[in-house]
Amino acid sequence: MKTVITLNINGDRYEVAVNPWRTLNEVLREDLKLTGTKLGCGTGDCGACTVLVDGKSVSSCLTLAIELEGREITTIEGLAPNSEELHPIQESFINKGAIQCGYCTPGMIMSTAHLLKQNPRPTEAEIRAGLSGNLCRCTGYNKIVDAIKDAAEKMSSSSD
Amino acid sequence: MSKNFSVVGQSLPRADARIKAVGAAQYADDIILPGMLYGKLLRSPVAHARILNIDVSQAKKLPGVKCVITGDDTLKIKFGNWRLVPESQDEYPLAVDKVRFIGDEVAAVAAIDKDIAEEALSLIKVEYEELPGVFSVEEAMAEGAPVIHELNPNNISLQRKIDYGDLDKAFAECDLILDNEFKVHAVSHAYMEPCACVAEYDHNGRLTVWTSTQTPYFVQCLLAKTLGMRENDIRVIKPFVGGGFGGKMELRKWEFCAAFMARQTGRPVKFTLTRAEELATGRRRHPMSIRSKVGFKKDGTLVAKEFTAYLDGGAYNSMGPTAAFLCGNFGGMLYRYPNYRYNGYHVYTNKPPAGAMRGFGAPQALFVAETQMNMAAEQLGIDPLDIRLKNAMETGDEIPGVATISSCGFKESLLKVAEMTNWREKRRQLGKGKGIGIGCYSFISGGVFNWFNTQYNFTRAEVRAFDDGTVHLLTMASDIGQGCDTVLRQILAEELGLKMEDIRLTAADTAVTPQADLGTWGSRVTLMAGNAVRKAAQEIKDQLYKVVSLKFDLNVIHDLDCRDGMVFAKNRPDRGIPFGEAVRLAQRANRGEPIIGYGSYTPRGKGLVTPAFSFGAQVAEVTVDMETGAITVDEMNTAHDCGTPINPMSVEGQLEGSVHMGLGYALCEQFIMKGGKTLTATFLDYKIPCAEDMPPGKSVHVETYEPDGPFGAKEAGEGLVSPTAPAIADAVYHATGYRCTELPITPEKILRGLGKL
Repeated sequence: MKTVITLNINGDRYEVAVNPWRTLNEVLREDLKLTGTKLGCGTGDCGACTVLVDGKSVSSCLTLAIELEGREITTIEGLAPNSEELHPIQESFINKGAIQCGYCTPGMIMSTAHLLKQNPRPTEAEIRAGLSGNLCRCTGYNKIVDAIKDAAEKMSSSSD
Repeated sequence: MSKNFSVVGQSLPRADARIKAVGAAQYADDIILPGMLYGKLLRSPVAHARILNIDVSQAKKLPGVKCVITGDDTLKIKFGNWRLVPESQDEYPLAVDKVRFIGDEVAAVAAIDKDIAEEALSLIKVEYEELPGVFSVEEAMAEGAPVIHELNPNNISLQRKIDYGDLDKAFAECDLILDNEFKVHAVSHAYMEPCACVAEYDHNGRLTVWTSTQTPYFVQCLLAKTLGMRENDIRVIKPFVGGGFGGKMELRKWEFCAAFMARQTGRPVKFTLTRAEELATGRRRHPMSIRSKVGFKKDGTLVAKEFTAYLDGGAYNSMGPTAAFLCGNFGGMLYRYPNYRYNGYHVYTNKPPAGAMRGFGAPQALFVAETQMNMAAEQLGIDPLDIRLKNAMETGDEIPGVATISSCGFKESLLKVAEMTNWREKRRQLGKGKGIGIGCYSFISGGVFNWFNTQYNFTRAEVRAFDDGTVHLLTMASDIGQGCDTVLRQILAEELGLKMEDIRLTAADTAVTPQADLGTWGSRVTLMAGNAVRKAAQEIKDQLYKVVSLKFDLNVIHDLDCRDGMVFAKNRPDRGIPFGEAVRLAQRANRGEPIIGYGSYTPRGKGLVTPAFSFGAQVAEVTVDMETGAITVDEMNTAHDCGTPINPMSVEGQLEGSVHMGLGYALCEQFIMKGGKTLTATFLDYKIPCAEDMPPGKSVHVETYEPDGPFGAKEAGEGLVSPTAPAIADAVYHATGYRCTELPITPEKILRGLGKL
C-alpha cells in the first residue's frame, strides 16, 4: 500500500506516493530525478548518498522516505544559490583538486556541510574523523581535507 | 626542449570539477529514459556445475516482466579482449552448459521496475549438477584436478616466457643467491560507482549504449560480435564514470543483456550492479604464488634472476594473458638484470575472474623484487639505498628485445626521497617498534602490443577551429576520473595558444568521436592521446600559418607561433592576428571549407612493451605496537619521475590515490573466501582505508623530459600503486624483525612471525 507524503526538498514541496520500504535515495533518484545524490553501496558504508535532514547528515540509502514528512531535506542540488554562484565548500573542492571521478563528491560535500555547521573551525583530525563515513577511492582524501580546511576558513571569515 | 609553457605545467582545476561539485554530472545510473525497463542478473550460487535445465516459465508469467533470457536465447558466441588469440576468448554472454564460479551470470530479466525484476529472478528455476571445484593454483594444477575449461585439461590457460642471458652460468658466478616464495592476494578495484549501463534500440537496426566503461571501443566491437550485428550499428557512449582502475575495460554481461533485451523489447533497458555484486562477483587483482631466485655479487651487483609466477586467474581469462606477461616484464624492470628468465602461468580456478587492475602485474612483481632487494642489502651489509643505486636503470638502458629506456629519473628519485626522509640516519637506528623502509617502481606509458587486434591507429584526435577563436576537440579518450578531459585540453590549449575555456570537448562516443581509441588503461592516455592531439593541432597551425604568412608577406625564414590567442611571427610579434581571424582568413582562402586537423598515434618502433617508462621511490615510516602487532603508518614520502607533469595538482591527486590503494593492498584489504564464496561483500567487511587511515607525506616530481611524450610527459600515478606495500613491509621488518612474504601484512602475522602467538 502506498502512502502519499509531502517532502520538503531544497525549499520545494513534493508530493509523492511511496511504499513504506522505499528509501529516500530511491525517491530522490528515481521518483524525483534528483540524481545528484549517488548510491555507492546501499548499506550505509560509503557515504556517497549523504544528504542533510534538518541540517544533519544522513545516509539516504538507509533512510525511509515515509519517515520524513515535514522534515527539511537538502541535497547537493540545493547547496548552491544558483548556477552562477557556488557554495564555498563546492568552490574549495573544485579549486583544491578534491574531485577526481566525482562519484563520492556530492556525499563528501554534504558531510562537510554538516561538519562545518557543527564545528566551524575543525582541526585536521576532526576533519578526518568527520569524513570517516565517506569513502573515496581516487584522491586518498588529502586534497579533500585541504578543501575542507579552505572552506572552513572562508566560511568563518565571512561570518566573523 | 622548451619549458616556457603557458598552460602545460599549471595546476588548473579539473574542467569537469564544477559539474561534479553541483551534482549535475550524469553517470550511467543517472540516465532515465521514457519507458525504460530495469534489468537484473541471475547468478550461479555454486562454484562449478553443469546446468541441466533452466525453467523461466514462471518468471515470464509475472506481470510487469517484459523479457527473460538465458544462454540459449543468445548466439552463444564467445568473447574476450584478446581478439588476437581467439582461443583465449572463453566467456559466453550468459552461461552455456556450465557455470564456473559463484556469480557466473546464468539468466537475465527486464521488468517495469526493480522490485518486479528481482521477484522474477526468484522464479527462475535452475537445475545444477554440482562438480568439484578448485580454489587455488595449487589445487588447480594438482594431478587429476577437475577441469574448468575443456580446452585446457591442466587448468593452465596460457604460459608466458621471457628469457635472456645465460642464467645457469650467471648463478654459478654469484656470491649470494636468494631463493624465496611469496604469496600475494586479491583485492578489489572498489571504484565508488557500481557498474551501470542503459541500452536503447532505435527500431531501425541500431543500438545506443551508455555504459560505465573505460573502453567504449572494446564494448562496441565485442557487442557487435556477440549480438551478430555490425560494429557501425552500435553506438557506445561513455557518460561520466565514477572510477575504473582497470575494472571496467571489457565487455560485461550486463552490457550484453541490456543491449540484447533493448533490441528484443524495443524499450530502453538499464542494469545497475549492487555493491554486493561488485564485491562478491566482480573482477579483482590477480592473486599469485611466486618463486623468485635472485643472485648478487658481494658488492651488491645484480647478476641473475629466475622468476616464476602462478596467476590465480579465476574462472575466465579476462585480462590474464596481459597480466601474465606484464608481471614478468616488471620483474625485470627497475634494475639491470643481465640474465633473466621468467615463466608465468595463468591458472583457472573456480573463483570470480581476476582482471586488469591499476599497476597490472607490477604490484605483485615489485613486492617480490623490492623485498628481495631489501633482503639482499641486509645479507650483504649494504644500505638498501646503495644496492638500488648500484643497479638502477638509467636513460638509454636496454631491456633485451623488449624496450629502450628513453628517459629515467630513478637514481634522482632514490637520492631525493632519501634526502626528504633523512633515510641514512633513520635506517641506522634499529627498531623497537619504529621502522623505516623503502620500495620502488617503474611503470609503462601505455601498451605497444596489439592484443585487441584493432585495424585502427591506437588513438586519434580531431580538432575543428572556428572564427570566434574557439576550437572543438573530438577524441575517444575516456576520462574515468583520472582527468584526461582536462589534460588533453591543456595540451591543446598550449599548442594553439588558447585558454581552457576556448575548448569544447566531445569525448568517448563511438559514433561521433574519431575511430578509434583503445581506451583508458595502462597509463596510455596522456602520452598516446596527448601526442594525437598535438599532431591534430599541428595540422590546424599549418593552415593558419599559411594565411598569416601571406597577410604579412613574411620572409620564409620566419617561424610562427600561436600564443595568448594570437597567431604571429615569433621574432616579430607585431606581425600577427587573433586566432579566430586567422581561421576566418584560412576558410576564405579555401573556399569555405572548415578548418579541421587530425592526428593519430600508434607506437611504432618502440619495442614490445611501451614507448616510455616512469620511475620512482617511496619511503614508509611505521610504528608497530609490539604487544598487539597493530601497525600505524606514520609517513609516506615519494619522489617520482613522470616526465613533465602536465597538471601537477592532478598528478599529486593520482599519487595520493595510489598511496591509498597501496596502503589497502599492504594492510587491510582482502577477500576472505570460503571455497569459491566471497565472504567480504560489503565495505564494512572489505575495508578500504578511510580519511583517518591516510598517512601524511610529501611528494616530489623529479625533472625529466620524455622525448616520446607530449611536452615531455609520461605515465603518472598508476605505477605508484606498487612501491607502497614493499616499503611498508620493509619498515615493519625494520621495526620488528618480521619479514612479510605473504600479503597483506596483519597484526596476527607479525605476532606469529615474532613467536608471540
